[in-house]
Amino acid sequence: MSEHDTTVTQEHSGGKLRAGITELLPAAGNGLLGRRSFVKAGLGAAGGIALMQAVPASAARPGHMRSPGPGMSEYGSPAPAEANVKRIGIGSQRGTTGSGASRSPLEHLHGIVTPSGLHFERHHAGVPEIDPASHNILIHGLVKRPLLFTMDALARYPIVSRLQFLECSGNSGTLLAADPPQLSCGELHGLVSGSEWGGVPLAVLLDEAGVLPAARWLIAEGADASVMSRSVPLAKGMDDAIVALYQNGERLRPENGYPARLFLPGWEGNMSVKWLRRINVTAQPAMTKDETSKYSDLQPDGSSLLFTFPMAVKSVITSPSPGLAMQGPGLYQIAGIAWSGNGRIRRVDVSADGGKSWVQAALDDLVLPKSLTRFTSAWRWDGSPGVLLSRAVDETGAVQPTRKSLMSNRAAGAFYHYNAIQAWRVGEAGKVNNVYV
Amino acid sequence: MFTSKTVGGLLAIAFGTLVHAAESPNLGTLASGAEVAAYDLTVMPDGTGLPVGSGSVAQGMRLYTEQCFACHGAEGEGALNDRLAGGHGSLATRAPVKTIGSFWPYATTLFDYIRRAMPYAEPGSLSNDEIYSLTAYLLYINGIVDDEAVMDARVLPEVVMPNRDNFVWAYKP
Repeated sequence: MSEHDTTVTQEHSGGKLRAGITELLPAAGNGLLGRRSFVKAGLGAAGGIALMQAVPASAARPGHMRSPGPGMSEYGSPAPAEANVKRIGIGSQRGTTGSGASRSPLEHLHGIVTPSGLHFERHHAGVPEIDPASHNILIHGLVKRPLLFTMDALARYPIVSRLQFLECSGNSGTLLAADPPQLSCGELHGLVSGSEWGGVPLAVLLDEAGVLPAARWLIAEGADASVMSRSVPLAKGMDDAIVALYQNGERLRPENGYPARLFLPGWEGNMSVKWLRRINVTAQPAMTKDETSKYSDLQPDGSSLLFTFPMAVKSVITSPSPGLAMQGPGLYQIAGIAWSGNGRIRRVDVSADGGKSWVQAALDDLVLPKSLTRFTSAWRWDGSPGVLLSRAVDETGAVQPTRKSLMSNRAAGAFYHYNAIQAWRVGEAGKVNNVYV
Repeated sequence: MFTSKTVGGLLAIAFGTLVHAAESPNLGTLASGAEVAAYDLTVMPDGTGLPVGSGSVAQGMRLYTEQCFACHGAEGEGALNDRLAGGHGSLATRAPVKTIGSFWPYATTLFDYIRRAMPYAEPGSLSNDEIYSLTAYLLYINGIVDDEAVMDARVLPEVVMPNRDNFVWAYKP
C-alpha cells in the first residue's frame, strides 16, 4: 500500500475528512477515480512503510542536522539537486544566436506561476542591454499631446498586477508533423508560461496623451536590434493592456522585456512587445512583417487570416508525460495546466482510455481569467497500457478540439494557433510517449 | 472612516476610464516634433512614414550581393534564412512557399522591415537610398517590377503585390 492510500485511509478511519479528500471511487475507464480524491495526499512510494522500519543512525540524524548550514544569500537559487530544471528546446535560426526560442520545462513545474528564470523566450535579434536611466517610451500619432515617459516616471503610476499566461502563437507547432515527435511536454508545449505581471494600465497613458477620434490602432515597437513592431487594436489598449514593469514581484527580466514591455492578456505573445520604446496611435494597422508574412494564418483555399489575436482554449497533462516514467502500478495524480485567452477555464475533463470515457478534473483554487489554471485527477494505474487526454472548456463554452478535427480544416503551411488535445500513451513498463489519437 | 468598499470605490473612481484623466499623475513630458521624427520608424501601406530618397534595381542588385546573399541565397532562394523569391501560385497547394512575391500583401512592409531589422548583424547601417534600392531589387526578382524600376516614397506605395487581396481580417475594429 502506498503512502497516499495510507493517508486517505487514515483520514477516513479518523472520521475527519479534510477539504479535498473524498472516497476513491471509479469514475471513468481504465482506473480514473472520482474528482478531488486525494488532492492533499502525497505521492511518495512506500513512504509509510519505511517509517515503520528500523533506520540507521545516519538516517535519523544526517550530516546536515549535525552542524549549522550556510547563512543568508543576497539572491536565492534553486536547490543544487534541481539544477536540471532549466529552459529546454532552445534553438535559433541558422546563422544567428539570438533569433529563436527557449521553452519552459512544464513537466517539472507545479503552479500557475512560472519562475521568471524559466519563462519561455522568443527573441528576434537577441536580448538588448538597456540602461533604464536613458530609456523612454514615446506615445505619439493621433494624440493631442505626444508624450515621452521615463522609466522613473512610469514607476510612479498606480501599478495593477494580474496572474496571467503568455503564449507564443507558434506554441505546439511541432505537433503539425505527420508523426508524433517524441519530445517532452515542455519541448512540445513550453512556449507558454504564467506570471504575475505588474504594470501601468496603457489606457491611463493613452488618456494623458489624449487619443483623437480617428484613432483605431496602436503600432507598438520594441528597442531590440530588430525593432520588432506589431499593430494592436486601440480597443485592446484601452481594455486590459498594461505597460508591464514587474514580473512575479520583481522588475522584468532582460529576456522578458526589461525595463518595460507591453502585455496584452490572452493574446498571441508576439504582440506583447518587449523592450517597449514607442506607441504610434494610428487609424490603420501598419502591416508589419511580423503581422503579415509571419503570425498570419494560411487557409486551405490559399487565403490568409490576419489579426488572429486571442489564444484559444487549451490544456495539457504535465504529469505523467514523456520523461516522467510511471513507478509501477498504484495511485497517481494526473496533473496539468489549462488556459484560454478568452477568459476563465470552466472545466477540464480527463480520459485514461483514449477518449472513450471522461471524468471531470478538479481545478485548483485559483481559476482566473486568461491565466494558467491547474487541474488534477486521481488515477489508479493497474499497469496496463492507456492513453491519457485532457480537454479544456472555457467560460465562453469553447471546447479544446481533437487533433483530427483541428487538422481536418488546416492548410499545409498553417503553423500558428495549434491548440489540439494532447494524448500521452502510458505503456506496460510505465514509459510515456506522445501519440496521435 | 473608510470601509474597504469605500476605498475600492475611490480607486475605481481614480482609475476608472471615465474620470481618471483628471486624477492621472501626468508625468509624461511633451515630445517635440524632432523627437518624434527621431523615434518614428513606421511605414504605413499608404506610404506615410517613407523618407526622402530613391534606389534602383541595379543598385539593389549590387547591394544584395554584399549584404543579403549569405543568408538569403544568390537569387533570394533562401540559404541560412528565409526564402525571399518564388513560390507564386503555391499557397493553396500541399506545399505552399511563402515569399515576398508569393505572400506579402504590401510592398511598403519591405522598406519598413529592412530599415528596422536588416542586415541581421548590423541593423540600422543602410542609408534610405540603399533601402529603396534593395526594395526595388527584391520586387524585381519576384517579377513584380521591371529591371528599370526606381523606388521612392511616391512609387513604392503604388506597387500592387500579387497576393494583396487574399488576406481576410479576423479582427475588425
